[in-house]
Amino acid sequence: MNWTNLFKISLKALANNKMRAVLTMLGIIIGIASVITMIALGQGSKQSIQDEIKGMGSNIIMIFPGGERRAGVRLDPSEMQTLKLENYEALREESIFLSAVSPYVTSSGQLVSGNNNYPSTVTGAGIDYLRIRQLNVEDGEMFTETDIQMSAKVCVIGKTIADNLFPDGSDPIGRTIRFNQVPFRVVGVLESKGYNSMGMDQDDIVIAPYTTVMKRLLSQTYLQGIFSSALSEEMTDYAIDEITGIMRQEHGLGADEADDFDVRSQQELSEMLNTTMNLLTTLLACIAGISLIVGGIGIMNIMYVSVTERTKEIGLRMSVGARGIDVLTQFLIEAVLISFTGGVIGVILGCSACMAVKYLADWPVSIQTWSIVLSFVVCTVTGVFFGWYPARKAANLDPIDALRYE
Amino acid sequence: MNECVIKIDNIKRDFIVGDETVHALRGVSFDIHKGEFVTIMGASGSGKSTLLNILGCLDTPTSGEYLLGGIPVRTMGKNQRAILRNRKIGFVFQNYNLLAKSTAIENVELPLMYNPKVSSSERRRRAIEALESVGLGDRLMHKSNQMSGGQMQRVAIARALVNNPAVILADEATGNLDSRTSFDILVLFQKLHAEGRTIIFVTHNPEISGYSSRNIRLRDGHIIEDRINDNILSAEATLASLPKSDD
Repeated sequence: MNWTNLFKISLKALANNKMRAVLTMLGIIIGIASVITMIALGQGSKQSIQDEIKGMGSNIIMIFPGGERRAGVRLDPSEMQTLKLENYEALREESIFLSAVSPYVTSSGQLVSGNNNYPSTVTGAGIDYLRIRQLNVEDGEMFTETDIQMSAKVCVIGKTIADNLFPDGSDPIGRTIRFNQVPFRVVGVLESKGYNSMGMDQDDIVIAPYTTVMKRLLSQTYLQGIFSSALSEEMTDYAIDEITGIMRQEHGLGADEADDFDVRSQQELSEMLNTTMNLLTTLLACIAGISLIVGGIGIMNIMYVSVTERTKEIGLRMSVGARGIDVLTQFLIEAVLISFTGGVIGVILGCSACMAVKYLADWPVSIQTWSIVLSFVVCTVTGVFFGWYPARKAANLDPIDALRYE
Repeated sequence: MNECVIKIDNIKRDFIVGDETVHALRGVSFDIHKGEFVTIMGASGSGKSTLLNILGCLDTPTSGEYLLGGIPVRTMGKNQRAILRNRKIGFVFQNYNLLAKSTAIENVELPLMYNPKVSSSERRRRAIEALESVGLGDRLMHKSNQMSGGQMQRVAIARALVNNPAVILADEATGNLDSRTSFDILVLFQKLHAEGRTIIFVTHNPEISGYSSRNIRLRDGHIIEDRINDNILSAEATLASLPKSDD
């Protein structure tokens, strides 16, 4: 086989029909460009959601009461009183895989400062809570261990609270706000985190020592939850096992008894969102893939017409010594050249479209190398696949009939 | 006697059309030696096209033997015949069959494109030589649509010469040309004949037979005449006697 010559022949044949070649390529160009753009958009969104989850603390593990039955009736977890401070202390003392542990209690009500008020929730937590939730104090400082021991009436507040209670922009540090008739002194303001991917305002937050919330606001001895943070995201599973072990021991559960608590991690949320985003990306890629197939059929169509139109030329080539395989190869090379060139242009166009979307519309975009590689593989395969049938037809022509064809 | 280029022995070719069998050739035999200029004549339906296809290795006989340069062709596969055409045969068609949008040189290079043993520089050199030998040395880069019928046929002849074939097969090579240009082409064929090339010229025009060295006449699939022409006319002289056109 004389590849160089056949390549030259194919190139010349395409050059003789530039307009047609370009129009045929268009299908592949659009197909490839949309596959790349769609995958980049899908992956970009996935990336940004993952980043957000990381921002919320990707290694957070939350322990809530749950699973308890009384006389066969499952109880509302918020009514349960099974999580105690001792459990929190046990986790803090015994765990190896946790880097931070904090009790968690909440109380809802109205915040009042002077003649401003705002409905919110006060979270009772330990000092570690900031680390677990990846919060930072911007002004002032966090309350201290002493404040927790003394059930001091102090709190740190989020930006939303500060803006609503002190609309004149005055410094909230040292000011007193009241919550359900209990005065709290503001000791710190948290750095703004904005809205999370669920649309929740992460700055609508008031944190006070858990002892204060439990004793002075709720008058209860049990916890609504325990927040903790695994040493790293990868260790989350080990940490969950460890927590389960410690909690079962603490609650004196026998081997055949079910857990009376729930352990949840951000991983589940992250996995759920990933699944959704992957589904979405696949869907988008499928739609784009369909346009690629349509482009491939376009190649087949044109190659088919081209074989009929060039029947006489094929006859001539055969009469001067082209074998069936030479003609087949020539037409296959033409098809692959069209699809491959289309693929290259498509990749360039797709990447530029991604950049345009990124900079003009400010959408999260992440161009995937694998999607580019895949595109090249797909369009070469498309060329061979859809070029095969017309090429085969050309190769099987009888030179006598082909020469006589008008 | 020169060496035998083509030997056909009792060749028959049947076609099945619907329920009927058409006998296009009913047992044709002849030898063609190197350096002969043979015209094969006959009315349409006489089997001359079928014979030409078989001689050109485009078709195989139903029975009988065909030896091209001593090689038996009848039992060859399609690909082997393609290679044989590529190395041993030069075709000249009635309607030139040049590649559209291609230059003269590209057209002439075509047979060599399918011969991997010929390098691209040699291919170019041989194409230029062939074009010069048909008198088109100054039109190498002309495209086929920029040339007259006579020029196009010259390109086609150059294409048939470029692989230095054992035999040149011309199928009504002057059929599409006016009489002056026809004789122009005949002059060229006679020149090639004088150079020692073997030419088989298929035509239904009896006038041409006078310019060749041997005439074979077919009717209904049989040879009815096969004679050596002792009195070969000069195409050049005939051309000179024709009234000149004004352009």
